[in-house]
Amino acid sequence: MKKYIYAFAAIACLSFAQSCKKDSEFLDKQPTSTLPIDAVWKDPNLVLTVVGDLYDRFPDFQRIESWWLFADFDEGFASASGDYFRHQNLEYGYDSWRYWDINVYRLVNDLNLFIKRGQEATALKAEDRNRFLAEARFIRAGVYFEMVKRMGGVPLITVPLAYDYSGDPSYLQYPRSKEFEIYDFVIAELEAIKTMLPDNATVQSRATKAAALAMESRAALYAGSIAKYSNAQLTLPGGEVGIPAAMANAYFTKALNAAKEIIDGGKYSLYKKNPNLSDNFAALFTDKGSNPEVIFAKDFKLKTNKVHGFTIDNQPRSSAEEAQGGRLNPSLNLVQSFEKLDNTYASLATVDGSGNPVYYTNITDIFADRDARLAGTVILPGTQFKGKTVDIWAGYQLANGTIVTGDNFAQSKSNVLPGNPGSVQVVGGDGPVDGLEFSAQSGFYVRKYLDPATGSGQIGTRSDVWWIRYRYAEVLLNAAEAAFELGDAATAANYIKPVRDRAGLTTALTPAQITFDRIVHERKVEFAFEGHQLWDMKRWRLADKVWNGNNMSAADFTNASNIGSATRTSTQVFGLWPYKYYNPGNTNHLKYIFKVIKPSRVTAAHRFRIGNYYSSIGQDVLNGNPKIIRNPNQ
Amino acid sequence: MKNRFYFIIGAIIAVFFSSCKKDNYEAPAADFTGRIVYKGEAINVEYGQVNFELWQSGFGNYSALKVNVSQDGNYSAKLFDGDYKLVFSPNQGPFLWKKNAAGKQDTIVVNISGSKAMDIQVIPYYMIRNASLMAASGKVNGSCKLEKIITDANAKDIESVSLYINKTQFVDGGNNIAIQQLTGTAIADLNNLNMSVNIPAIVPAQNYVFARIGVKIAVVDDLIFTPVTKINF
Repeated sequence: MKKYIYAFAAIACLSFAQSCKKDSEFLDKQPTSTLPIDAVWKDPNLVLTVVGDLYDRFPDFQRIESWWLFADFDEGFASASGDYFRHQNLEYGYDSWRYWDINVYRLVNDLNLFIKRGQEATALKAEDRNRFLAEARFIRAGVYFEMVKRMGGVPLITVPLAYDYSGDPSYLQYPRSKEFEIYDFVIAELEAIKTMLPDNATVQSRATKAAALAMESRAALYAGSIAKYSNAQLTLPGGEVGIPAAMANAYFTKALNAAKEIIDGGKYSLYKKNPNLSDNFAALFTDKGSNPEVIFAKDFKLKTNKVHGFTIDNQPRSSAEEAQGGRLNPSLNLVQSFEKLDNTYASLATVDGSGNPVYYTNITDIFADRDARLAGTVILPGTQFKGKTVDIWAGYQLANGTIVTGDNFAQSKSNVLPGNPGSVQVVGGDGPVDGLEFSAQSGFYVRKYLDPATGSGQIGTRSDVWWIRYRYAEVLLNAAEAAFELGDAATAANYIKPVRDRAGLTTALTPAQITFDRIVHERKVEFAFEGHQLWDMKRWRLADKVWNGNNMSAADFTNASNIGSATRTSTQVFGLWPYKYYNPGNTNHLKYIFKVIKPSRVTAAHRFRIGNYYSSIGQDVLNGNPKIIRNPNQ
Repeated sequence: MKNRFYFIIGAIIAVFFSSCKKDNYEAPAADFTGRIVYKGEAINVEYGQVNFELWQSGFGNYSALKVNVSQDGNYSAKLFDGDYKLVFSPNQGPFLWKKNAAGKQDTIVVNISGSKAMDIQVIPYYMIRNASLMAASGKVNGSCKLEKIITDANAKDIESVSLYINKTQFVDGGNNIAIQQLTGTAIADLNNLNMSVNIPAIVPAQNYVFARIGVKIAVVDDLIFTPVTKINF
């Protein structure tokens, strides 16, 4: 009995003692799964993990992690059954490319919070702290730049906001800034932080001085061309959309100066490691070892979860490491825009002047004497990837014009060719077969960003090729365009020359030959599949002319005379299919002929309306903040 | 066993009967119809491209009902009874909409109680006059004049005039089998516009086409058209 009493007393004692603890002592415990803010700001390595998360949220539109977005315009055809709709939409929705929702402003708020806490932190070394702060401001400038190019002027918020649960949210409701105010903010921020960032060309996945200047030059160029090419339809009375034409030259000057600062700094140069110009251009995007051209990139790493499947999705089907690939097919629209080595434009010669087919001994002959960037950007029929020749040909054409072809990769048929009862392959191992996904339905496969490393096409390995956001060639072309817009064609010709030299176009353009159309063209071929096209077409106000909703025909691709024109219609994706000519005894027997085709899945013409220049603002945003004004023309 | 079987049948019947119950809400019943007109003449536009907005307040989150205008300028919508505000958003359609004192698009109050027909007055930039579309020796020939309606500071130039033909009654820039477009000096004289387009081979064969003329006004998205004409040849 006694021992029960002792035990009971002991328990009672213990529990009373426990309840004597203060509430605060009991409840206020440091969580073991998250780090408190002041602990993070004591250690640069911990701050780096936070910055890493912010970098990861840096916005892009088209990117290697989503190949299908490259098929939304006229650069490529989507050879995948779930993506044919991209060629069947009558028009772009007004909400396309919208970048204004709760996640965007949550990112802005996180950046603002980070900057505020960084400014209050005292435990870090000043140089570490300044670099982190400058990086956050760099990312914030990137976010605002992304917003302004998609939405026009947006509320400019640079302090962290929190709701006080008072029932009155009006102090959180900011009106839209003017469009040029956002551009000015981006430019001023980048100008302010450039000296706080390392000036080091080997830092390529974090912000550097050159990255800040490259973004500044791009932003100022966009603002300048919006000011110059804007029309009355694309303005709002409060300036939320539209930039006054009088400001154009100031922006072009800023763009030129920022670009010059990188060029004169001499730390970067064009990638020229490989003497084969086409292979060199392809390697520029995949070579991550001391690549002197890359200024700022989103990096990936094998054997982590930071890998991507661009090569799996787009590798040539016949030599693929998985039973898939070949999704993104560059269009004939893009392929024929690569100029001849004598600086002239020409359609690929499928027929001669009197309409008869042209016969080629080798399948690659039709692409001879073109800009080296063509074979660096596109896998042409008869060229190689990973040491294997792609097998792109659509069938045989007999002497009487009959086409003999198949409906599956490398299909063989018996007794289909005159005088040959045996079984022959009637279509290439990469197609093209109309409507067969993963086959080269436009007659081409994409090469840019395709990883040559073994295993990059396997689902288990994937690829760690980086996504280059800013590179030195763009800085040169930005400088050239800004100089041209400022009336200095001679300087423009100087800056454009190295880019064209590297492409094998060694006959330099004279200052008199530098025109607006030339600059538009140069960016189109240099930056295909790099996510520039939509923004360039928007800022030049060309999008509604190029994607005007009118149907195209094969005649637009045979002996076309307006290939170099900036306003050439390009609403539908076309292809070019090679056939073998089968006529034993004829001199042209087994030579190649080419046909311009429209893939049958292309049923509609892209139509970019005036109201697409600025994406619409969501009704939830408008309902939540009565100060927000809608974008025009919608 | 039999009991359970009857029970299941009874349950199924009960479920079917309960699904015959009426929905909680009645479907909208009122028809709101009419045309987009200028001085009594319907404005012809592209299919699916021009719409106006109806706003009704008092039901939670605010958002617009969009009503499409069909090719011949007609519209129709099924609505609940109530008070609506009707507005064209800025630069919708090949016409101008009147503005209020603050320079914003003005709204028209529309009261719906039962079906209602209403013509909506707008001011087009141009009207197409004296249009004629005829077939002759494998071609469709078209001619028209353009009358400039808006001549003040809001006036706009003509970018192009096009003759479209199509197999079906939907005829516009995206839906056509042949097109002739006049631009630049060819449209210098707005009183004398002539176009002609060859009729291509149609598969399966048909002995008629639909044709109309569309006028693209500079920096205005939507074209103004003549009525669709069925032409036998």
